[in-house]
This record gives sequence, C-alpha cells and structure tokens, in this order.
Amino acid sequence: MRTLRILFLALLLPILGGCEMVVLRPAGDVAVQQGQLIVYATVLMLIVIVPVMALTVFFAMHYRESNQNASYAPDWDHSISLEIVVWSVPLAIIICLAGLTWVATHRLEPYNDLRRISEVQEIDRNVTPMQIQVVALDWKWLFIYPEYGVASINEVAGIVDRPIEFTLTSETVMNSFYIPALAGQIYAMAGMQTELNAVINEPGDYEGFSANYSGNGFSQMRFRFHGLSQTDFDAWISKVGADTRQLDRLAYIDLAIPTVGHEVEHYGAVESDLWDRIVNRCVDRGTLCADDMMMVDALGGGGLAGLTDRWRFADLCTVDDPRALYYLLRPELAPANTTIAASPASPVTPASSALFDDEAGD
Amino acid sequence: MASTGELGRGTMGAADAHPLWGKLSWDVFPFYDPILLGTFVAVVVLGLVVFAAVTRYKLWGYLWHEWFTSVDHKKIGIMYMVLAVVMLLRGFADALLMRGHQALASAGYVGYLPAYHYDQVFTAHGVIMIFFVAMPFITGFMNYIMPLQIGARDVAFPFLNNLSFWLTVSGAILIMFSLFVGEFAATGWLAYPPLSGLNFSPGVGMDYYLWSLNIAGIGTTLSGINLIVTIVKMRAPGMTYMKMPVFTWTTLCTNVLIVATFPVLTATLALLTADRYIGTNFFTNDLGGNAMMYVNLIWIWGHPEVYILTLPIFGIFSEVVPTFSGKRLFGYTSMVYATCVIMILSYIVWLHHFFTMGAGADVNSFFGITTMIISIPTGAKLFNWLFTMYKGRIRFEVPMLWVIGFMLTFVIGGMTGVLLAVPPADYVLHNSLFLVAHFHNVIIGGVVFGIFAGINFWWPKAFGFKLDPFWGKVSFWNWLIGFYLAFMPLYVLGLMGVTRRLSQFEDTVYSAYFFMAAIGSLLVAFGIAAFIIQIVVSIRNKEALRDTTGDPWNARTLEWSTTSPPPYYNFALTPKVYQLDAWAHMKASGYVPPKAGFRKIHMPRYTASGVVIAALATMMGFALVWHIWWLSVSTFVGAIAYAIAHTFNYDQDYYVPVQEVADIEQGRAQVGAAS
Amino acid sequence: MTDTTPDTADFHVVEEEHHDGGSMLGFWLYLMSDCLIFGILFAVHAVVGQRYAAGPSPADLFEIDMILVSTFMLLFSSITFGFAVLKMYEKNIRGMTGWLLVTLVFGLAFLVLEIMEFSHLWHLGATPMASAFLSSFYFLVGTHGLHVTAGCIWLCVLLAQVRLHGINDANKTRILCLSLFWHFLDLIWIGVFSFVYLAGVLL
Repeated sequence: MRTLRILFLALLLPILGGCEMVVLRPAGDVAVQQGQLIVYATVLMLIVIVPVMALTVFFAMHYRESNQNASYAPDWDHSISLEIVVWSVPLAIIICLAGLTWVATHRLEPYNDLRRISEVQEIDRNVTPMQIQVVALDWKWLFIYPEYGVASINEVAGIVDRPIEFTLTSETVMNSFYIPALAGQIYAMAGMQTELNAVINEPGDYEGFSANYSGNGFSQMRFRFHGLSQTDFDAWISKVGADTRQLDRLAYIDLAIPTVGHEVEHYGAVESDLWDRIVNRCVDRGTLCADDMMMVDALGGGGLAGLTDRWRFADLCTVDDPRALYYLLRPELAPANTTIAASPASPVTPASSALFDDEAGD
Repeated sequence: MASTGELGRGTMGAADAHPLWGKLSWDVFPFYDPILLGTFVAVVVLGLVVFAAVTRYKLWGYLWHEWFTSVDHKKIGIMYMVLAVVMLLRGFADALLMRGHQALASAGYVGYLPAYHYDQVFTAHGVIMIFFVAMPFITGFMNYIMPLQIGARDVAFPFLNNLSFWLTVSGAILIMFSLFVGEFAATGWLAYPPLSGLNFSPGVGMDYYLWSLNIAGIGTTLSGINLIVTIVKMRAPGMTYMKMPVFTWTTLCTNVLIVATFPVLTATLALLTADRYIGTNFFTNDLGGNAMMYVNLIWIWGHPEVYILTLPIFGIFSEVVPTFSGKRLFGYTSMVYATCVIMILSYIVWLHHFFTMGAGADVNSFFGITTMIISIPTGAKLFNWLFTMYKGRIRFEVPMLWVIGFMLTFVIGGMTGVLLAVPPADYVLHNSLFLVAHFHNVIIGGVVFGIFAGINFWWPKAFGFKLDPFWGKVSFWNWLIGFYLAFMPLYVLGLMGVTRRLSQFEDTVYSAYFFMAAIGSLLVAFGIAAFIIQIVVSIRNKEALRDTTGDPWNARTLEWSTTSPPPYYNFALTPKVYQLDAWAHMKASGYVPPKAGFRKIHMPRYTASGVVIAALATMMGFALVWHIWWLSVSTFVGAIAYAIAHTFNYDQDYYVPVQEVADIEQGRAQVGAAS
Repeated sequence: MTDTTPDTADFHVVEEEHHDGGSMLGFWLYLMSDCLIFGILFAVHAVVGQRYAAGPSPADLFEIDMILVSTFMLLFSSITFGFAVLKMYEKNIRGMTGWLLVTLVFGLAFLVLEIMEFSHLWHLGATPMASAFLSSFYFLVGTHGLHVTAGCIWLCVLLAQVRLHGINDANKTRILCLSLFWHFLDLIWIGVFSFVYLAGVLL
C-alpha cells in the first residue's frame, strides 16, 4: 500500500510540478485570466465529478454479489426525489458555469480592447495599443509594424505593459496564431482579417507557433516573441530598421514561396499599402483586389464584361474620386459632365519591376 | 521523401491524365519508402496466405453463399464487426507509428517519419478510426441486436442492408489502396480547405479521401433509413415505444441523427469534390469562395457524428448494467428523454469546434452554453446507471468491468469537454494535445470500452459460447492502464502549450511525457492482442464455454429469449410483449418455449446484387481518383444498370415451410435438453 | 408490474402480422435526407449567391421567360403524374401508361430546356469556374437536373415493369414512390425558381 502511494505521488509530481505549464502560468494578462478560468471551471465541475467517481467505486464494492449483507431490491427502478436530484445537480452546476462562460467570453473577446493591463494595473486610455500586422505564410510568420514601417520574419516583440493589437491574415491556408504565454489563439485565414488584443506583463523570450495544421512545414512554423522594456524595444526596432532591404510587392512574392524552417529576417522598410494588398489578395498586380471586387458585387456585379476583364474595376476608388466605380457600373446615374473611367487606372505603386507591368495586361 | 515535390505539398499524381491509364504510372507505388514497402509486402503475403487457405479448404463457396450474399441482419452485423476489427488493426498501427515517432522526435532525434508521411499517418488514423472502426462497430451492434430486441425476423429492407455493408467495405478498400497505390490525404481528418483544395493538395491523396468517404457515407445513410423503418414498423405486438429496450431507443435516435446529418457530409464533400474536379469556387481563396463555410458545414455533420457513435454505446451500458446488477434499469423514462434531448442538442453545438475563428462573444458563448447543456442529460444517464447498481447484486463479469472502467474514465473526458466548451479556455487549449487527450478520453473511455462490453456481452448470443473471461480481463486491464498512461501525459502536454500534429520538436523538455504516452500505446497494443487471443482461446475451448440456455447472463430483453445462436428466422413464433424487459417478464411468468403450432415464415432471399454494385462502386472510386475517365463512366453506368436489373427480379422472398421450422425447433430443443 | 400475468401461450402471436407500408416510410425518410442535401445547397447559395467576383449577376444571365416555361413543364408533369396515379387506383393500365408517358415528355422537355440554358451560359463564358455565385448556381440547378434525369430513367424502367407485370402490389408501391419523388422535385424546383432565379433577377 505504501509503495502504491509513493508510485501515485510520483505519477502526480509532473502534473503538480506546474512550473512548465505555461497555459496555467503565463506572462500576459489575457492568458492569465484564461488560465484562471480553467481552474475555476475545473473546480466547479469537480463538485459533481468527484462524488460520481466515489459513488461508482463505493456502489461497485458494496453491492458486489459476494456481499450478501447489502440490501437487494431487484424491482426498485424509480424514485421521483432521486430523479429530481439526478437532473438538478448537473443543471445547477451548468447554470453557474454558463453564467461564468457568458461573462468571461465577453470580457475576454479577442477583438475587444483590453480592460486592464494586469490584476494590479488599470488601463491608461491615453496609451494606444501597438499595432502589429501578422501574415501567416508557408511556413513562416511575417510581422509588420505599421507605426515604424519595418517588418520581421519569425520574430516579434512587444513592450511590457503596453497593449498590443494584432491584426492577422494568411497568404495561403488556415493557420492559428498562438503565443501561449501571451494570450489565446486566433485563426489567420486568407482573404480575411482577424484580430487579437493582448498585453505582456513580464519581460522575456517566449515561444509562438501555428496551432492549426497547415501542411508540410507546419512543425517548423515557429517564432519567438520578445517581451521588452521600452528602451530594449527601441533598440530592437532600430536593429530591425537598420536592415537595408525593403519589403515591397516583389520581395513579398519571393517571400511567399514555401520554405520550411525559415530563418529570422528583418526588413528596414515596408511598402505602405502592402498589408492592404495582402489582405485583399492583390499583391500580384494581375489580380483585382477583394475590396474592389466586393464593391462591384455590391453594386450588382460587373456584367459579362467582368468575366474577361476584371482588371477594368481595379483601383478606381480613390480619395480623389470615390464614386468612379459607381459611375462606371451605373453610367445612367452619373452627372452629365463626368468622364467615365473605362481603362485600368495607372499603377499606384512604384513600378519596381517589369513583372508587374507584364501581368497588368491579363 | 520522393513524393514531397517542389512545393513540399503532396503532388503524387498531379500529372496530366493518360487516356487509358489516367494518372497511374510505376512511380505511384511506394518503392521509395522502406516502411511502406515492408508493410506492402507483408500485406500481400498475408493476403496470399488467406487466399490460399480459403481455396485449400474450399471455403469460397461457403463464404459467398452463406455470408457475402447474405441478407440476414445477424450475418451482416457480424461482417460489420469483422470489418471493424480488421480496420482497427490498421488504424492502431498508425497510432503506434505516431506515438513512436513523437517519442523519438521529442527526445531530439529526427524520428523515422518524414513530415509528409507523418501527416498522412495522422490523417489516415483519424479517418479510419471514425469511419471504418467506430462506425462499423456500432452499425454491427445495431444490425445484430436491434431486430432481435424488437422481436423482428430481419430489418425492413434486407437487400439494402447488404448493399450498405458492402458500400462501407468499398470505402475501406479505397483507403487501404491509398496506402500502396499513390498516397493518402495529408490534411487532417476533416480536410479543411483551402489546404485540401487543388492548389495546396494537388495529389491523389485527397481524392482517395473524398471518394472513400462519399461511397461509405451513402451506405451509412441507407443503413440509417433502414433501421429507422425497422424500429417504427416491425416491433413485436405490444411493444409500444415506451416498452422498447433502451438499446433500441438509442439505435432509433442514432439513426435519426445519421439520416439528419450524413446528407450534410455528402453534400459538403460533393462541393469540395467539385472544387477539385471541376474547378468551382466554393471553398477557394479567390473569386468569392469561402473556406469558413466548409468548416461550418463539416462540423454540422461532425458534431452529431460524435453522438452517433456515443448514443448506441450508452444503450449497450443500459443493457449491461441492469443485467449484471440483477435489477431493473433505474429511471427508464428519464433515460429515454435524456437520449432524445442529447439527439436534438447535438445539432446546435457545432461551432464549439472553432471558437477561435473570431465569430464574436455572443455567438461563441451561445454555442459554449448549448454544449454545456448536453452534459446535463449525459450526467443524468450516469446517475441512472449508478442507481441501477444501487441495491443490486453486481456480478463482475467482463462486460461489467468495462462498464465500471467506462464510468470512471468517461467522467474525466466529460469534464475536460465542458472545460473546452468555455470559449476563453478553448482559446488556450484549442488544437492542443489537451484537446487530443479529451476526445480520445471520450472515444476510448466511452465508445471503445462500450464496444468491448458489448462484444463480451452479446458474443454468446451470436456464436453460442461465452468468451474466455481470463483473456477478457487481461485485455481490459491493458486497455485501461494503457489508456491512462497514453493520454494523461497528453493533458499535461496540452497545458504546457504543445499543439497537435507536430512531427518535429525544438527542445526536449516534453520527451518524458511523450515517452510515457508511447509506453501507454504499447500497453493498448497488448490489450488488442489479448482481445484477439481471447477470441482464439474461446473458439478452441468452445465446448467448455458453450451456452445451451440462450440466456447465459440471466438477462432481460427479447434477444435472450431465442437460442444462441438464433435460427436464421430469429423467432419461430413472433413474441408478444406486455412490459418493458419483456424476457424478464416471460421468465417470471414461467414461460416454456413452444413445441408445436408453428407456421410458415416469410423470409427474404439472398442476393449477390449488393456485392456486385459495391464492387463496381469501388472500381469507379479508384478510376475517379486516378482520372481514368473511361473506367469511371463505364463502372458508374454498370452499377446503375445492375441496380435497375435487380429491380426486375420480383421473386425476392419466400416462405419457410412449417415442417422445416418444426425440424429446426426440434433440433434446438434437443440441444437444450442435452445440457 | 401492474399488468396481469398472461398465460405462457399468450407470449406469442398466433397469426403472423403482415408488415407493409415500410417502403413508403423508408422512401419518405430518403426524401427527407435528399431534402437536406438540397437544404445545404440552398444554404450555400445564400452565402455565396451574391459573390459574382466582379462578373455577371443573375440579371445579366437569366432569361426569366424561358425559365418560366420550363417551370410550367415541371408543374404540368406533376399534374399528369397525379392523373396517372388516379388511373392506377382504377386499375386502368392503358390510362396510367398514357399519363406516365405524357409526364415523361414534360420531364424530358424540362431537361432539354435546362441543357440549352446551361450551354448558352457556358458559351457566354459564365462557367462554374468563373465565380462562387456561378459555382453554386450550376451545382444547385444541376443537382436538381440530375434528380429529374434519374426520375425519367426510373419512369422508363417502371413503364417496362408495368408492361411485364401489370399493376401488382410491388409496382403500385413503386409508382407511388416515384410519384412522391416527382412531386418532391417539383417542390424543390419551386424553391430554385423563386430563390435562385426570381430573387436573383429582382433583387
């Protein structure tokens, strides 16, 4: 019996050790609350689970055939009061748990702005969250810092106690962006933009990865997340900014070629509308941006002409002429003196290569 | 690996199709991979040995006339079970490969599976275990037991039953083919697009997946319709709905779920097939396609599927517990209502499989709470089994051991399931090994334990002798301990932030846990081996284990009122039912089996149509996978033509003469008297 | 335990009950499962039906007059099938065969019109590959068309079987099942017509 108990403790030790269980002991406030929720919910459920397990063992032992002292009631099959208990105990637990779920889900909704920095620190409404744009590529992560105009591959950093707002998309298949120490995960999907708000409370070097299987290089689709103080972060950003390369459309197309176990890379400059084009799936100049396409569809489609020449709708909506697309599709509603754009708009970005110009034709 | 291709995606068979051979060539055979080649050789040798043995003992005629073409629900039920056991070996071999590989890879070695092969293994493992192990097992039980429990002679559409079975086999054959001819999908078992689309999976693996599941899925839908009609129309006189055994109730609910969800699977896979074969844009990234739609649709099927597997298992427990407690089932009515509530609720929880898609707090909490509500009727069921044991006389025969193991294990799985239903908790646990541990906890601790309880419980009914209890217990303990060793470490790993489907690891902190899990899976392997030994030993000792009463466990429902094994017409005279637990009532009233007064019995004829149509469907599936268009069209037309020809045969049933019934009953009575 | 305990002999049925009607229930269940397939396709159309990918919309493509004509083909065929079933109950083989043949002609006319429409659209360049809307349109309408094709083949088979065996019990059940199938397809088409064509053109 004694040896059994020791064996049991030995088995429990790694479970109770806990120091490696990042999900229960994370470093970011959102993940902290999520970890606490796991504990609360588990305790709540143990109220009913433990008696059930104990009763199972007790009944099995006590009413075994060889124990002739136990009472035997072969035709007893009904008891209103027991039925009420049987249904109401789980019901009561679930009512509590449902309330907890409703409140926690709304408080920890990843799209909402944070409500606090940590248990002890209120949020400062004057501090805007740091923007980080995340692209899941085959099989690496691209992080763009729009405030600083820099980008990095497989490495990302945040400032301790400053909220971060990740916006995410994917170039190809579905991935899930997950830094266990920071916050729960969210999917990154092509042609979609998802969002995740989080904050890191302790400086450190944390692991991040894709939590949704995405193909051959999935296992190596990992990155490091650095929680840095303001000064360290500034140093890190200037290190990234010191890289001479620019992430423009052509560089992005090269980057999108599948690689496995990609090294950390930095880009000192990022083309300004690259993110919008990635989300709208029109980095390649030959394709119509999804937002333009949706605008055309909302206006009733591009007609038969759109089948052969989608490109005619590209880049028509600009700040200068917001109604150009509308008038192209609904010429009868255009004021008399409007010139209707009929040909592709001129390229809006530096035509850095012949590749783009070639593809513009089709 | 030779087949990884330029982009590192499966590209095998991405070439253009030859008019005669389609995309087949010598390169599609796995000569490049020693593991696969070895398995291939072993399977071929084993196949030849079986073939030679069957030929040597001149068993082909027997198998064909007595089994393959049989429309007897009992034989079809047994064939489903055989299929499930064979596929269990395949699916479990995949599991061992994965556990071994992860144990090595987490300890700093490369492991023996390249990523692309590993990805196929976990996909095949999931698909096979759900579609070709768990489904055939429960369909086998429903087929064998339910008509006996309601006092029927067969199912409503016996030929359709045979066809359903062979279509399931057809799907299984296609999956087995993919192991040696080409490749299997490397997408995960639900094949989310765009990964499963043509752009990112250009190879034939996904096509094997699609045609295999579509063909098998049609068989399952037909079987669901068949069993519902059987229960609604063919119950013995006097058996009202509230006098049906609980297993029959769960069978009814399960088949309602099948008919209500498998068409969704068929439609969803058909749309994905169109994306891959025609180039439509349902789930693509461009031109308006929407991959999130697939994820929703597949889980609208996928979640009820979990309950399709679980409900009949609850039914099995509801038969086993009262029998071995020597008591009536506690709370029959609430058991029935709980089953129906679970059936309905299982349809409105699907979104909990992807809380992390960003649907917003209102939607997420709605689906989280509906999921939790399911645990109320499930909890009520557990309590009802508990109170059935209360004041009972519990006999710890092997089936009852499995039930106790189930009750202790399943509550843990249920608890982690409710935990995962809390969306913010799911954000950190989704897709982690915690999730993997959870669903294995409910599927092994629930479904598999229930299957073994059922096999040990009903084996004497099906074959006329009990299973050897010693090896049954060895199997049970190996499974139970193996399960805990294999999956408790995965819960911990999940809490350590380890995600699923990884074939390589960066550091070695996890290796102790993966090693423990690998040991656990070895123990489970011993459990499976012990189960097979149990069957072999029992067959050799069958005279000692013989059941001459037809009711070896002192059970309560109608299937035990006929002999073991039952005659092909089940009951010489259709039973009449007055109460729940009809057989217990008959025994209590001093029932004596009839000796005379028999009548001719109306029975269906055996037919080869099911085998032929399913064989043509298999060929069609294979031809479609490899783009051999002429063969696809001709086998499709052939299958339709054969089915039409089948309808021109109006002579599909006959009457068993009174004398034959009397003779058979006389023989059975003598066996009974000799005991 | 409230029932009075019957005699042992009463645990059996003396006269075997004749089970029938199972076929109709089974066929109903099949139709419900088929209905679900269409339900999914309609749902998919509701999601992607307005994703024209900057290509043509229903207003650019559909000739609603022709669709109306084919709708009437199908509606008429449902009525004539109804007449055929009435003749079947009268045991009038000639009458029934005649009405079934008329039904077949209407069914085939519907199919011809549909094929013409598809090939017209295809030649315009509006293929299923062109946009999610067109994918969904072809798939939904095409699935219905395949069902009608199956119905026509089944009708031919039944005509042969009626010729061989007359109106016996088995054939009666088959004709009633096909009649259910046919009306079901009519119902689905009304959904397709209003949801895909009318709503597409008008909205």
